[in-house]
Amino acid sequence: MKVCVVGACSAIAQAVVERLLVEGHQLYLVARNQVKWQRLLADLAVRHAREIPGEILDACDVSQHRPLMERAAQAMEGLDCLFVAHGMLGDQYQDQEHWPSIERTLHCNFSSAASLATAAANRFLAHGTPGLIAVITSVAGDRGRPSNYIYGSAKGALNLFLQGMRARLFRKGIHVLTIEPGFVATPMTAHRGHGRLFASPEKVARDIARAMRRRKNILYTPCWWQPVMFVIRHIPEWLFKRLPS
Amino acid sequence: MEHLSWGRFPRTAQRDFPLGEPSTGLPRLLPPLLARGLGRSYGDSCLSRGTLLPTCSWNRFMAFDEASGLLKAEAGVSLGRILEVLGPRGFLPPVLPGTRHVSLGGAVASDVHGKNHHRAGTFGCHVHALELLRSDGSRTICSREQNGDLFAATIGGLGLTGLISWVELKLKAIPGPMIRVETQKLRHIEHFFRLEETDLALREYTVAWIDSGARGRHLGRGHYMAGDHADLPRPWPRPPLAFKVPGEMPTWLLNPLVLQTFNRIYHHSLLRQRAEALVSLYPFFFPLDRLERWNLLYGRSGFQQYQCVTAKPETLIRILQTVADSSHRSFLTVLKKFGDPVSPGLLSFPQPGFTLAMDFAQRPGLDRLFRQWDEWIMEDGGRIYAAKDARMTQGDFQRQYAQAPTFSRWVDPAFSSLFWDRVSGVKP
Repeated sequence: MKVCVVGACSAIAQAVVERLLVEGHQLYLVARNQVKWQRLLADLAVRHAREIPGEILDACDVSQHRPLMERAAQAMEGLDCLFVAHGMLGDQYQDQEHWPSIERTLHCNFSSAASLATAAANRFLAHGTPGLIAVITSVAGDRGRPSNYIYGSAKGALNLFLQGMRARLFRKGIHVLTIEPGFVATPMTAHRGHGRLFASPEKVARDIARAMRRRKNILYTPCWWQPVMFVIRHIPEWLFKRLPS
Repeated sequence: MEHLSWGRFPRTAQRDFPLGEPSTGLPRLLPPLLARGLGRSYGDSCLSRGTLLPTCSWNRFMAFDEASGLLKAEAGVSLGRILEVLGPRGFLPPVLPGTRHVSLGGAVASDVHGKNHHRAGTFGCHVHALELLRSDGSRTICSREQNGDLFAATIGGLGLTGLISWVELKLKAIPGPMIRVETQKLRHIEHFFRLEETDLALREYTVAWIDSGARGRHLGRGHYMAGDHADLPRPWPRPPLAFKVPGEMPTWLLNPLVLQTFNRIYHHSLLRQRAEALVSLYPFFFPLDRLERWNLLYGRSGFQQYQCVTAKPETLIRILQTVADSSHRSFLTVLKKFGDPVSPGLLSFPQPGFTLAMDFAQRPGLDRLFRQWDEWIMEDGGRIYAAKDARMTQGDFQRQYAQAPTFSRWVDPAFSSLFWDRVSGVKP
């Protein structure tokens, strides 16, 4: 596969990149932070004995998404997979009364990811590629909770967006994979302390790589989140709103 | 988070501060600071009364040139990682200590040695350059040619000259992952010194294991191991699975009787006088990595490793004699002849002679024993390995390390360790 990875410096993406490289795929790595991106690319170049193309880009800049697909396709001489891994947790309690902050979180987690998926879908349709669009959302998107409904609503909207897109594109041979990780021990969640419920990025990456190979529709990782979220989704609202957050 | 030294003695509370990107430089914190790698230093050179800076997030490779074998990597990269990544391509860190879980920065700071010291010298002999972040805000690239004084102070400098951010190291090309090893049973200590005069001692890797419980005419019996890289291209092996010690064991577990029995069984497990074998490099270089967290076997009170070097065989025999006569037993005793290669490091431990390393559970009476040996070693002009020490006095340090005054001029004023507090006379 020729994969364009957006948000390549995120801990989950790095672990996925590692697996994809071992499986022999070609990659185009996109990240916002130049210093982190350079460290990552130098490290990969030494360890995998090959130069990996990529670029610095703020994924929230939606005007760049179409050109990005072209540049990635040019660098790899083709493109048949988009993997979206960027995102921001934001600070629920600080942001909840301040619309511009909320909008930023919604834009970064929903709009920009939806725009990327659209750009990739358009390219795959135009070229007749039976491509794969894999996007990381979150179990937080399955139910709104006071402690992180801003992030959660963006991820939930993204779940619905991808669901619709999957149904629209599957007849054309284009597959959409929704990845819903539970708690993962990454820098994004470092402030909460990594307890027992936290999975390692490597474990999550193993599941993601397998789901990409098998063209799974919705992946909960680790897998036990699927029954847990099933139960949580079905708690009646009169009770759920009274639960401690 | 609790940080202890590998010997788990002494126990003092430690604070740490996570480092950002290497490009952001040294965090501005209240001194004293001290880098923290993988925590394999036995003594208190990896402990601080201030703030530890864990380098584990600085774990990126930066550049590698296959033609020259020159590797540039961040200080938190471990030797095991290098082995895993570049071993399959036929490259090996030129010097390997007894565990692969050592960071590059730590290997430089302790100027570690290995079974090939008699041919390759210490780790520092193969370091081409390194970058040092100092508390004055500077980033200094040091090599033999550039800032040579600071380079010499940093090799074996116990992390006191600043924070090492990356290291450039010359790797050694190897034909494959297998080692052809010849093991000879040592009947007594004289046998070891005789073997050191034979061709066996010219092999690339040599080391002797000693049964510290044997006495009388068996004093210093053990196994002498000599190995060479086998010219067999084989697929690179996975590191063997490690058994993990589940937690802190009761202190009585490693009592003298258990240790003596273990040593005796191990000695007799070599059935023939002489054995040859072809083994993978993992068990050859890192036998103890098979038992993860083996330091927990010593229990709550921890243990101390006594490692000294002296040119006089008689002193070593006297030390082994006192161990055999005492109630203390060493779990693991290792004897090795150092060679002539000189390290650039000012505080580098190895010098021509024999080095003896012994692990002792922390028990009353141990210090008196150590004190006695210190006197003998210092009379010979020998020294104790600072990276394994937890009790050296200021006077001992000055006497053993002649370059100490020169070294102390290069110590970063914002850096210190409990070891340095002690030997430089700082009253915390």
